[in-house]
Amino acid sequence: MPIDWIMGLVGGVLIGTAAAIFLLVNGRIMGASGIIGGLVDGSGRSDWQERAALIAGLFIVPGLAALAMGGSETNLTSNWAIIIAAGLLVGVGTRFANGCTSGHGVCGISRLSLRGIVATAFYIGAGGLTVVLFKHILGVI
Amino acid sequence: MRTFVSFLVGSLFGLGLLISGMTNTSKVQGWLDIFGDWDPTLAFVMGGAIIPMAIAWRFTIGRKPVLADAFPPAPEQKLGRNLVLGSTLFGMGWGLAGLCPGPAIASLSFAGPGGWLFVGAMIAGMLAAPSLRARMDQRAVAV
Repeated sequence: MPIDWIMGLVGGVLIGTAAAIFLLVNGRIMGASGIIGGLVDGSGRSDWQERAALIAGLFIVPGLAALAMGGSETNLTSNWAIIIAAGLLVGVGTRFANGCTSGHGVCGISRLSLRGIVATAFYIGAGGLTVVLFKHILGVI
Repeated sequence: MRTFVSFLVGSLFGLGLLISGMTNTSKVQGWLDIFGDWDPTLAFVMGGAIIPMAIAWRFTIGRKPVLADAFPPAPEQKLGRNLVLGSTLFGMGWGLAGLCPGPAIASLSFAGPGGWLFVGAMIAGMLAAPSLRARMDQRAVAV
């Protein structure tokens, strides 16, 4: 569906523009896991206002936009065991790796960071294998 | 002012995630599902996001941020257990639910109770990570 690809490209440019503003104005890396992690574990206490404000915008604005559009599909599984396992894995994994799709993927790859490229290769590989295993072999997602 | 810019950045980030369809877990899982009905959208999102950011990185050379003293220093290029193991675990969780940290927050207001459960578990995982890492470091020294 090419319209989805165009929306993907437009949305992607918005995400990249947000990351570029954060870098050029505030001098910071827009990595979602690092911003959330530093807020919840206290390691980012010195700049908590910036972290909290970014998360507030990230939470509020898509919510309002989805409301204006008459709702937005998430298709999130209703299997709570899967959700809890996935959340724990994402939380532990992003803190071990010090980054997620936004930090390593968008901000890392765009500066040709070897760590960003290697991290992205591993999380995409692991994600692909997980979908194959749990969807096509076990049939639980 | 930095706080206001951060709010603006988060808003733009969230809008981008919503418009691109990344808050829809089946699009993310559809991209990871190379043996199923493969959905290439995520590649367009990534490509679209990397372009402005690559320009921004070039722009940092010889300059200073508008509201800060310095740009973040080039990270140490150390590839190790934490990066590889962490990214693998993260990828597994990403594949299982189709959510990563940014879209999890962006969709929280319309994803229902499952969204809150995911974010709760993610925060628990984030809080558990330092002690897990310390324990693995100790074991590595002992061996």
